[in-house]
Formats: sequence, C-alpha cells, structure tokens
Amino acid sequence: MTKDNHEFLIIREGKSYEVVIGLEVHAQVTSNSKLFSCSSTKFGAEPNTQVSLVDAAFPGMLPVINEFCIKQAIKTGIGLRAKINNKSVFDRKNYFYADLPQGYQISQYKYPIVGEGKVILDMPYGQKEIGIERLHLEQDAGKSIHDIDPENTMVDLNRSGVALMEIVSKPDLSSPDEVNIYIKKLRSIMRYLGTCDGNMQEGSLRADVNVSVKKKGEDKLGTRCEIKNVNSIKFMQMAIIYEANRQVDLLEEGKNIDQETRLFDTKKNETRSMRTKEDAHDYRYFPDPDLLPLEVSDDFIDSIKSDIPELPDEKKKRFIEKFKLTPYEATILVSDIETSKYFEEVIKDSDVKLSTNWITGELFALLNDRNLEISNSPISAKNLSKLINLIKNGTISGKIAKTVFELMIDEDKDPELIVNEKGLKQQSDPKELEKLIDKIIENNKEKVKEYISGKDKLFGFFVGQAMKVSGGKANPQLVNEILKKKLK
Amino acid sequence: MTDITSLTLTELVKNIKDKNLSSTEITKAFVERSEKSKELNTYITEDFTSAINKAKKFDEKPNFDLKLPGIPIAVKDLFCTIGVKTTAGSKILNNFIPTYESTVTQNIWNQGAILLGKLNCDEFAMGSSNETSFFGNVQNPIDKNLVPGGSSGGSSSSLTANLTPVTIGTDTGGSIRQPASFTGTVGLKPTYGSCSRYGIVAFASSLDQAGPMSKNVKDCSLLLEVISSYDPKDSTSIEFKRNKYSEELTNNIKGKKIGIPKEYRVEGMSNEIEELWKKGIEYIKECGAEVIDISLPHTNYALPAYYIVAPAEASSNLARYDGVKYGFRTKGENLIDMYEKTRSDGFGNEVKRRIMIGTYVLSSGYYDAYYLKAQKVRRLIKKDFDQAYSKVDAILTPSTPSSAFKIGEKTNDPISMYLNDIFTVPVNLAGLPGISIPAGVDKKGYPLGLQIIGKAFDEQTILNIAYSMEEKINFKNKITDWWIK
Amino acid sequence: MTIDLKTIKHIAKLSRISLEDEKAQKLATDLSSIFEFIEKLNELNTKDVAPLTSIAETTLKFRKDEVKSENLREKILKNSPSDNEDFFVVPKVVE
Ligand SMILES: [Mg+2]
Ligand SMILES: [Zn+2]
Repeated sequence: MTKDNHEFLIIREGKSYEVVIGLEVHAQVTSNSKLFSCSSTKFGAEPNTQVSLVDAAFPGMLPVINEFCIKQAIKTGIGLRAKINNKSVFDRKNYFYADLPQGYQISQYKYPIVGEGKVILDMPYGQKEIGIERLHLEQDAGKSIHDIDPENTMVDLNRSGVALMEIVSKPDLSSPDEVNIYIKKLRSIMRYLGTCDGNMQEGSLRADVNVSVKKKGEDKLGTRCEIKNVNSIKFMQMAIIYEANRQVDLLEEGKNIDQETRLFDTKKNETRSMRTKEDAHDYRYFPDPDLLPLEVSDDFIDSIKSDIPELPDEKKKRFIEKFKLTPYEATILVSDIETSKYFEEVIKDSDVKLSTNWITGELFALLNDRNLEISNSPISAKNLSKLINLIKNGTISGKIAKTVFELMIDEDKDPELIVNEKGLKQQSDPKELEKLIDKIIENNKEKVKEYISGKDKLFGFFVGQAMKVSGGKANPQLVNEILKKKLK
Repeated sequence: MTDITSLTLTELVKNIKDKNLSSTEITKAFVERSEKSKELNTYITEDFTSAINKAKKFDEKPNFDLKLPGIPIAVKDLFCTIGVKTTAGSKILNNFIPTYESTVTQNIWNQGAILLGKLNCDEFAMGSSNETSFFGNVQNPIDKNLVPGGSSGGSSSSLTANLTPVTIGTDTGGSIRQPASFTGTVGLKPTYGSCSRYGIVAFASSLDQAGPMSKNVKDCSLLLEVISSYDPKDSTSIEFKRNKYSEELTNNIKGKKIGIPKEYRVEGMSNEIEELWKKGIEYIKECGAEVIDISLPHTNYALPAYYIVAPAEASSNLARYDGVKYGFRTKGENLIDMYEKTRSDGFGNEVKRRIMIGTYVLSSGYYDAYYLKAQKVRRLIKKDFDQAYSKVDAILTPSTPSSAFKIGEKTNDPISMYLNDIFTVPVNLAGLPGISIPAGVDKKGYPLGLQIIGKAFDEQTILNIAYSMEEKINFKNKITDWWIK
Repeated sequence: MTIDLKTIKHIAKLSRISLEDEKAQKLATDLSSIFEFIEKLNELNTKDVAPLTSIAETTLKFRKDEVKSENLREKILKNSPSDNEDFFVVPKVVE
C-alpha cells in the first residue's frame, strides 16, 4: 500500500491539509481505595456513600498517599517503555468547581512520576510509533448531576479522589483511525498490566483531544484546540473530524484559529467553545505543602519490573514465531489479554491453525452477536478445544462442527456428548460408505453416463448426494476417494 | 488554700493524685471563674455543662495513671472537636460541628483531660492581636483595652486570667509565642512535624504547628509530652524518638552554648527590650552556659518571605470554604455568584487581604518572582540556622519587638501589625522549635518575653534553658481582675 | 510596586470573592504597601539557590491500599447548607 492511501487528508479546492492529534488520556487506576483516602473506588454505589472526610475536604483533613496507586502508575510506565522518575512532586491545581471539594486538584505538574515513552500501533499500512510525553498521577473530581432538579445541580463525590493516570501523548497521531488503534492499544497494555480496567462506559478511560491542522508537507504546527473529556472512541473520532474540518474552513476563509478549550456535543455532533485563551483558567500550580516529594528507589522500581507480565508486543512476536501465526492473526489474538489467555488455553492440546480460525471466526461472531466479552464467553476454552480435536481427528466434519458449536452455546455443553447424543459422528467406515455410494450410482445411471462421457462437473453432484443421504455425516475425504474409484 | 484556678497544671495534677481535689471541684472552679470573665471575650464556645458532667464521671472512676487526670482545659477554636462547634474565628464556619477530633486534642483527652470550651482567635489564625476574629476582639487581662496578642489571643488571655490551667494554640508565624509574650505566659512552638496537623483548620500547611501554652515551663513540658506524637494521618508528621519532656526537665545547662544573633537588634526596638535581652544573657551565663555571638544574616528577609509563603498556601487552603459542603452560604443566582457572595460575606478583611496576596503571588507570570523567590529565601534562612547550630546549642532572642499594644492601635496599618512577628517568623520558616518565656515588664508594666530557639527535634534543650532562666527571672504576673465586677 | 484596581478585580475574580469598588480601592492601597515591603527580597541574589518546599525532614510515607472508611453519607452531609439527604446541592450549573 502506498503512503498516500492511508493518509487522512482534508481537501479543499485541491489543497490538502493534514491533521495533528495529541491525546491526554485519563485512565482510572485499578485500586481498592482512593489515591489519598481510604474510601472505596467501587463503581455504581449510591451517591455520596463512598466519600471520606478527606474526599469532601473537611477542615483539617489531610492527604495520605496510597502505595498501590504509585505501583500501578510505575507499572503502566514500564508498559509504555517509559522512564520512571525517582523523584516526583504533587502540586495543587487551583480552581473552583462544584464537584471539586478542596478547591484544588492534587496533580503532578512539573515533575511527573513517569517521563517519556512510546506505544507501537499496528496499522494496516505498517507499524507506527506514538511518543508518550509523560504519565502523571492525579485525583479525579466528583460528579455534577444537572437533570434531577430544574433549579439546582446535585453533587455526588463518590468519584472524588479516585486515582487517575493522565497519559499525555506527543502530537504524533494523524487520523481518527490511529486514534482508535492508539486508545485500544493503551487500553490493551493497561489491561494486561491490571492497572486500569479500560471500561469506557463506566468512565475509567476518558480523553482530552488536542487537534490542529496544517497544510500538507508543512512542518510548522497549527494552533491547536483542546476538546475536553470525550468518553468514547467513536465520539473522539467524530469530534476530530468535525474539529479538523472546522479549522480548515477557518483557514480557507483566511481567518485565524483561536487557541481554546472546546466541548464535543454528542447530540449535535459538533464541537463548541468552552473558554478562550483569554479567560483560560489560571490554575496557580504550586507544590502541595501537605505532601512531601514522592521518592521511589531503584529497588522499588525493579521489584515492580520483575512483576511485569508478557505484554501485547512481546506476545505477538512469540505467537508469530512459535505458532506460525500471520501478523494479522497475532495482532487480533493479543489485542485483549482475555482473548490471548483464551487462545493459549485452547491451543494447549489442539491444533493451532484450526483454533485460530475458530476463535477469530465463529467465536468472535458469536461474542459480537451477543455483545459479550470473551471472559464471559458462552463456550469455554476447554470445550472449544474439544470441538477442534473432534474435527482434527475426523470424528466430525467442519460442517457438522458448526452445528455442534450452535448446540454448545446454551449450556457450554461438552461437544463429545452432543456428537454422541445426536449421533453426529462422521461416517468413516469405507465399507458402509461404499454401500451408500453404490446405491447412489444405481439410482443415477443417466448422470453416471454423462460424467463418464466427460461432464466432470457432475462429480460435485455425487458428493452432494452422498452427504445428503448420510445426513451430512459422511467423511467427505473418503467419499471423494471412493467416488473417484467407482466412477472410473 | 489558694484559689484553685491560680494553681499550675503540675500542682493541679498533684492535688488530684493526692485526692486533695476532685476533678469536679477543679472544673467547677474554672467554669465559675470563666462565667465571671465574659468581658474578656475569650470563649467562642463554652462547653461548661458537659465539662462538669465529664468531671463527675472521672471522679466516679478516676484513673490516676493518666498524665492529665480530670484536668479541664480550654483550647483554641482552630482544633476540630467532635460534636462541639469549631469556627476558626470565622463567620464562614459559624455553624460548623465536626464529626471528628483533631489528633492533638484527642491526645489530650486520652490523658484524662476534659474540654472546657473553644477559645477565641484571629480568623483562620491570621492576625497578631486577636482583632480579626468574627467573634470580636479579646481583652488582655494585664490591662483594659490591651490586645492579648494573636492569633492565639483567646488562649493567652484565658490562661493569664486563670480560666484554664493550660491551653493549646497554633503557631504559623508566632501565634503562640507572641501572645505568650504579651500576657506574661509560656508558649512553645514545636519543631515542624512534631505535633500532628490532622484536624486543625489549616492556615499555611508548611508552617502551622500546634503547641502548648502554660503558666510555667514545667507545665509546658508536660503538655508538650502529651500532644507531640507521630501521626500516620498527617504526611508531614515525623517519626522520631520523643522525650518524656517533663521527666527529663533539668535546670542544669552547664556548658551549653547559646547564640546571640546580632540581626535581632532591629531599628526602633525599645531600650527596655534591649535591656531585657542583656539581662537574659546574664542569667544564662549565671546558669553556667556559654554565650556566643552569632550571625543570622538573612533575618531581615524572613518577614517578606513569610508574607508570600503563608498567604499563598492560605489562598489554596481556604478555597474549600465555598458554601457547598459545610458552613455559611449566601444565596447566589448561579454557582459563581454563590461562591463570590459566600466568600465575600463569610471572610473578614484580613483573611480576604491574605487570600488576595496569596492568589496574586501564585498567579501566572508572578510565581517565579514571588513564590519561588520566597522559597529560595526560605532555604537561605534555614541555612543561616544550620550554620549557627554548628556552633551553638540554642539561640536567645527577644520574643517581640514591643509589648502589647492598645486595641485598634494597629488595625489600619497591616505592615506595622505584621512587624510584630519579626522575631518569631524565621523560626517557622526554618521549622525549628521556639519557646517564649516571660522575662520582665516594660515601664507600663506590660510583660515582655524572651525567645529561645532550638535545633530541630531538640525541644528538651530549650525547655531546660527556659526552666533554668525561669528560676532566675522569677517573673510574677500582676493581675488585678479588673474585668470581674 | 503599586497594584491597580484592575489587578485587584482580577485577583478577586480568581479568588471568588466579590468586591465593592470602595473595598477594592482600599485593598489596592493595602496590597501596594505590602508588596512594596515584600520587594525587599529583590535585594537578594537567589540565582543558584534551590527552593525549599517542604521543611519536614522526612520522606513521604505510603498508606496500604485498604478501604477503611464506611458509608459516611449522613456525617458528610450533616453540615451542608442544603437539607438534601443524598447530594450536595449548588445553584444550577449550565455548561
Ligand atoms: Mg487536560
Ligand atoms: Zn488531568
């Protein structure tokens, strides 16, 4: 594929514009308790039932840091092949908002815990490296609810103080497709590491999207706009397309692009201005005097390193080398940790090629159909493995296997049981098959004549008849062999 | 026998242990005297009924192993007390009743003490005369219409007026030592990190420390022993081996080296203070300690640095008072309007002034010129002390550049008010322990204090020096009970 | 250094404090004299001095990842200016 084919360009009257995208992803750290308080992080609790005095910023309350959240951030940093900083600092980001009880967010501004790293994207046109600028730890805010009361806004602080990792990419992304793959890759890495569940519906993964455009081939970056808090990949892509076009239109009209913060309206499918640079917040960052600098020793980091599981990139490499998968197959199978676990479980004692086909084919179709995660697959890895072995050893044909697969779904039933109960075993006894074929030849004398006189195509007809008469159970290979012999 | 309320803490504890006095008798005596002393305006919240009930309970089942058995104590209204209104001297917290207890007060109750009530203070501890309190100014028992110092003015006044046997204050830039000096009492600011800040309404987090205020050094050491503790709920709390300060208290300071910093001789300081300081030096020599001239070259920059650091932290610490979660709220047309009205009505002028200073020095474009600069100067001030402590064990200075002044005298001139803390502020910036002890009176008969500054974590040495000087000085406060009709 | 009325109003806005003009004028005067006092720091050359942010001579201690706080909703909302039993309530926020 040529480079041009994958380029995402916005074209106006023969002029082409490139889009430059950087993402600030907010990923909720998987932990039991919050970053600076010991209340629960569980999703879906009754409003304000998981709020401590610290989370609600009562007078005299002080933050105490959760060690596990630090480890999770470092783990993620290692997964992003990034530099881990031995010393980092928590700052206060000061602004007033209803769901920000302290009047400031504790965040890492000047000295983040994780420095530069990278993420490799597998695009149809090859691999692309996306630079990571930094990863820092910070507190989440609460939630403002505007639709309960017509006059008031209700505030739920359950989420207030939950640990977030803000992962800032370099402006290396250049299309909505790359954004899609990038988010999925980040999510995949964090799920492998167990540092973020990546659940976008529950808000565990959100992003601020920075978009700018520039004439194709130019080096100088255009003025960027930040689209705040977009919570699905689809919306990110829609927002980027809208925003890039808006910016190009402005340039085409000879107008300037204002650096501003914008909001994506999911109902109208458009971005609109939240605040301009002039009334941008003055956050008055300064080191939080309630906390000391966060110091982590090399030993501390090394002990986390030794705990890092095989990550998607390495796993993919192993799958290709060891199992002779195509890069495409391997990419699909490693994309999600649960999928890769399922795959490795199935192939433990069954054929790799068949397993790959069945998982990426029938199983994925089923999961897609029922909107299920592989961890909730109606068919267990063990039973799928059995089914594949039944095909491999000739007990059933591929075609019958599809029927068996359907029958397995409801109760995750053992395929051997199904085959036995329903008598679906393949007819592989040559004498039985010979009898069956003799009968077919007997009943279709005309067709036999035509075949012998040169109408080769009719061979398929005889095979079809054999399958039909046997109720699909005849071993197709044997049928072929016997037919060839008999019809000479 | 003498009036119960004029006894020291140590004497009261002894009387209780010897069963000469019951907790009920003692508590009632302090309550009765407090009832007669409303004119001083020292209490924001009285908890007298509950105190007497607790005293009775204590007497029913006394535990004499405790360090403060059945002793009634009133505390500065900056400490959150469970079920008892805590205002920080501000309208914005006028109706705030904590559901939790500060670590420092909890430590006191754990040793058998009983809460008498919550004492007046400058609003959010911002002030040096107790005139910024929403609950009105406090009278100094020394003389009518004299300020008791601040911000722990209700504490110093209550103590001098015998309304509480000891008390606790907080000290961000001198708020324990300056009022102690103005009222002829003892006040100690411990090393930063000694006493937990958990549950204390924050003013400036990197400077705030709670500390004991008492009538003598022995009481001070006992109360410090009770309140100083490592607390995992405060990330800046420090784990170190804490002495049994009262048991290890000694007047033997032979061979100790005491530094006299030349920079503390400031322009406009009265002769009386200069004389007092000299007298203090003589006493120290008489006690067998060695006096050494030292230099703390950046002393003059401490106050300007402080007036950047403290307001900066305060502007952020006070952002939580927004009318949403607790406290006072003024209705507004929208969220921002509500915030602005609530904070405008809820905060007094001095607090607003400091929030504004703090916001400004942190704001975009000014951070480096002010906040960062002040942090660097703070490093230089700390270095001054580090260098001095390579040569000396402690430092002796005056506590304040003047004695107590009249109510209203300095309210319109913030700078002259700020200058009150010129000798105390460097100690907070460097995180060191400092104690003020009464050392004499000026010609008006108003008390004056001397300050002893120690090495970090070495409270014992400054207590010992104070203890031995106290013997020599033999200071007696003259209180006429002018406010009791 | 003098701080003008416009600056005062800007800081007041950032601080979320409403100010009548009269008070703003007084504050401008006060703050100007305070900043004049503060400018004394400019006498010092601090180019090579590291800022001192935390005076506590210790390192940051970590907490275990344990949930210790039970449901405090009643306690948390008890002091709030609204009497709603489930939420904190603020005037409608329009985005
Ligand atoms: Mg952002
Ligand atoms: Zn963020």
